[in-house]
Amino acid sequence: MFYREAGDFKTSYRDDSQTFPIRLDRMGYYVLMFVAFLVVPFFINDYWVNAVFAPFLIYAIAALGLNILTGYAGQVSLGTGGFMAVGAYACYKLMTGFPEVSIVIHIILAGGITAIVGVAFGLPSLRIKGFYLAVATLAAQFFLVWLFNKVPWFYNYSASGQINAPERSVFGVIVTGPNTEAWAKYMICLVFVVVLAWVARNLTRGMMGRKWMGIRDMDIAAEIIGVNPLMAKLSAFAVSSFFVGIAGALFFAVYLGAAEAGEAFGINKSFLILFMIIIGGLGSIFGSFAGAAFMVLMPVFLKNVLVGGMGWPTDLAAHFEFMIVGGLIVLFLIVEPHGLAQLWRLTKEKLRLWPFPH
Amino acid sequence: MPEQLLFAMEVTLNGLMAGVLYALVALGFVLIFKASGIFNYAQGVMALFAALTLVGIQQGQVPFSHLINAVFGTEIHHFPWHVPSIIAIILAAGVMVLFAYLVEKYILQHLIGQPDIILFMATIGLAYFMEGFGDIMWGSEIKTLDVGLPQGMNLAIDEATYNMFGYGFFIDNLDIVAAVVAALLVTSLVIFSQYTKQGRALRAVADDHSAALSVGISLRFIWVLVWSIAGFVALVAGIMWGAKSGVQFSLSLIALKALPVLMLGGFTSIPGAIIGGLIIGVGEQLFEFAIGPMIGGATQNWFAYVLALVFLIFRPQGLFGEKIIERV
Amino acid sequence: MTTATDMNADSYVTADGRTIGGVVMDLKNITLRFGGVVAIKDISFDIREGEIRAIIGPNGAGKSSMLNVISGFYKPQEGEVWFRGAKRPPMKPYQVARQGLARTFQNIALFDGMTVLDNIMTGRLNHMKANIFQQAIWKGKAEREELENREICEKVIDFLEIQHIRKTPVGRLPYGLKKRVELARALAAQPSLLLLDEPMAGMNVEEKEDMSRFILDMNDEFGTTIALIEHDMGVVMDLSDRVVVMDYGKKIGDGTPDEVRNNQDVIDAYLGVAHD
Repeated sequence: MFYREAGDFKTSYRDDSQTFPIRLDRMGYYVLMFVAFLVVPFFINDYWVNAVFAPFLIYAIAALGLNILTGYAGQVSLGTGGFMAVGAYACYKLMTGFPEVSIVIHIILAGGITAIVGVAFGLPSLRIKGFYLAVATLAAQFFLVWLFNKVPWFYNYSASGQINAPERSVFGVIVTGPNTEAWAKYMICLVFVVVLAWVARNLTRGMMGRKWMGIRDMDIAAEIIGVNPLMAKLSAFAVSSFFVGIAGALFFAVYLGAAEAGEAFGINKSFLILFMIIIGGLGSIFGSFAGAAFMVLMPVFLKNVLVGGMGWPTDLAAHFEFMIVGGLIVLFLIVEPHGLAQLWRLTKEKLRLWPFPH
Repeated sequence: MPEQLLFAMEVTLNGLMAGVLYALVALGFVLIFKASGIFNYAQGVMALFAALTLVGIQQGQVPFSHLINAVFGTEIHHFPWHVPSIIAIILAAGVMVLFAYLVEKYILQHLIGQPDIILFMATIGLAYFMEGFGDIMWGSEIKTLDVGLPQGMNLAIDEATYNMFGYGFFIDNLDIVAAVVAALLVTSLVIFSQYTKQGRALRAVADDHSAALSVGISLRFIWVLVWSIAGFVALVAGIMWGAKSGVQFSLSLIALKALPVLMLGGFTSIPGAIIGGLIIGVGEQLFEFAIGPMIGGATQNWFAYVLALVFLIFRPQGLFGEKIIERV
Repeated sequence: MTTATDMNADSYVTADGRTIGGVVMDLKNITLRFGGVVAIKDISFDIREGEIRAIIGPNGAGKSSMLNVISGFYKPQEGEVWFRGAKRPPMKPYQVARQGLARTFQNIALFDGMTVLDNIMTGRLNHMKANIFQQAIWKGKAEREELENREICEKVIDFLEIQHIRKTPVGRLPYGLKKRVELARALAAQPSLLLLDEPMAGMNVEEKEDMSRFILDMNDEFGTTIALIEHDMGVVMDLSDRVVVMDYGKKIGDGTPDEVRNNQDVIDAYLGVAHD
């Protein structure tokens, strides 16, 4: 009854095409931003940032990236883990090679380097489509991880083969290394998420997004009305890999602190991100967040209930998690291929009409 | 004859044998893809699940014992019996048929008409589900699979090659059995699809779904049938892989190698799957042998994928796939 | 009354008094083969500024192939395509679109996952120049362009009377409306040559009348040059200024509807003759 758009008339095309056309949505968004920036940092502790917030925010960036490629441009990729590794190792090499430059610049550059690598592996997308492409991206996944394991230059010849994030700060606040405080970890991830989500929204609502969706929905028709398929696909790979690279850099430098390519960025990471966008909603910015939240919270929840509550052994709980994740993927694809985002949309639709059924 | 060449020949032969196993997994993919247009990512996990089930039945494990023990605090593990291999194999095949029926009823039925890529992702979900399910049902520890297949170095070959070249080749008996079984399997599949009524129906469905429907072929039956056959192929592949390296999670990763095999051979071609498997098997062994030591080794991790990728750029439909024609 | 019989003149005046300008597109001796099959055999004709040009013929005559040659999707083995007085070098379909060609498709080729408005906006893509960084920031050039082009699309939406479905995802629309949205997308491009591939296929009489009205109005109000393929002889004869008739990949007639109607080859092709 209160969630209405009646009386909320738009008088310009600008108003009509804004991100949250309904007033209540807009207010909800402002409240969320307020809480995220000005409330959470004061209450957050190490457990919450490491178990929930940092992985959620970082995976949200990766999911946004993969959603641009898969959800908007229709190119399925199973190489997300490999591209995150590129971001992580690029960030590491930049951090250790140019210690005087700001870590923020390093993270952005790491995204740029990943974008270049992504474009290189995206080139075959011109010739191969659908699951042929999906399998081809596995080449990126396995080759990149192998590369970072086998070429010592990438991990600065360290004896363990691991990369360790040195301590760096932004405006005098430590954001990487073991001495990072919980709120600083949270804030740097949050700032990246908000800015990147805004960029993703801008790109997908404009002509770039339409070109991507055109290629996704009907590539031949898109080409005939004037979309250059090479540019559209490669730009999707570039932007997507940029996001994924930043996620990888944050994952390594801010969240993990130390990483080993096969361990942190294996094929399972690729599937995890793919599941996030399927469950969250393909082709939806909100869905990327919803999916990331779901896939981060569910294991925490299961672990608390099954292991903490019922005293099951951890490995059994882990197998259960596999079953539930797999079952949910199938369920979502059958019942709601557009994921949580569509459920949310339908709920709002119902709310708008409430208390009337139609 | 120079030693390097002899080594290379031995590596090639071993690669051929590994290729046979890749081809076995790929065969399951091709069958399902041809009949239903579904790219079944779960084929590898099916092999793992089939092998787990076989070992479980053979050793008289109590299904879900871990779960039961966790919930009820009991301490059960095994029934007091062992099942003979042949009966265990038949029972495991039965489980795969049941599995095919359930997949058709609860998944495929509800996804008819969805885009291919959605179906593909559904099979990824299925793979995850089965992996967890298999582990809960039979436990996740590494198991040895022994159904009485001959193992170890083939002495005859060793001796013959020693007499010929002064250097004995090491060829595992198991690999030879695998090659023979694979050949038998393919032959019987070809006979089945050429000379039986169900086989003809299967080929009709592969050609055109709606046309097959309109002449009265039951799509549901065909799908259950083809998933059952794929399940059986998975069982065979699982037995071979399992006997070779134990039944464990990595089995499903090895099965991922079947994907580049398919890309080489084309998704719709049975000979393609076999030749693709052999090429990948030999290619990765030779590459590791010749180039691997120079660049750090373990190139088998990615060689197959990169080979397939490079190959696809020049021939997107694979070696034997039908040419893709685009229309407006 | 002057009619369009003199092919060499620079311009002519139609029966209803519109002046038709010079040649926009000139197809010279086009031959197209698929393997051993000859789809189009040595066909030449031109399309002039401001006219409605129809290509008709029985099933399998090669009409759609002809349209695909014009829009650059098929590359003819022989012959030349001249556009606006210049020979067109071999180019990709999207490059052809950038020259100012827009088209619709026989089996509707809309983007099902997007709204009607977004579909129509894709028609404007060759007119929007903001680069990827400007679009990422949005404020400034990208937003300005978006709003300017939105206005043009809204005009097209008004013209084709589809205001009420503006925000509906295309996948949910019925067939007739989809055809109209597809026309809107092509029209939004403000093309110098608009190709319509069976715009009335599968429509009932009422929808056909609507579509005919839109085609005539488009030509009238915006001066759009239109080349169309159609099965329905009656509609074609009423709409078009000049007609090309194809049969078995060959041109068997070319001229005003009246001329074509009386052409013996055309009558044979449509009514059939005894082949001995």
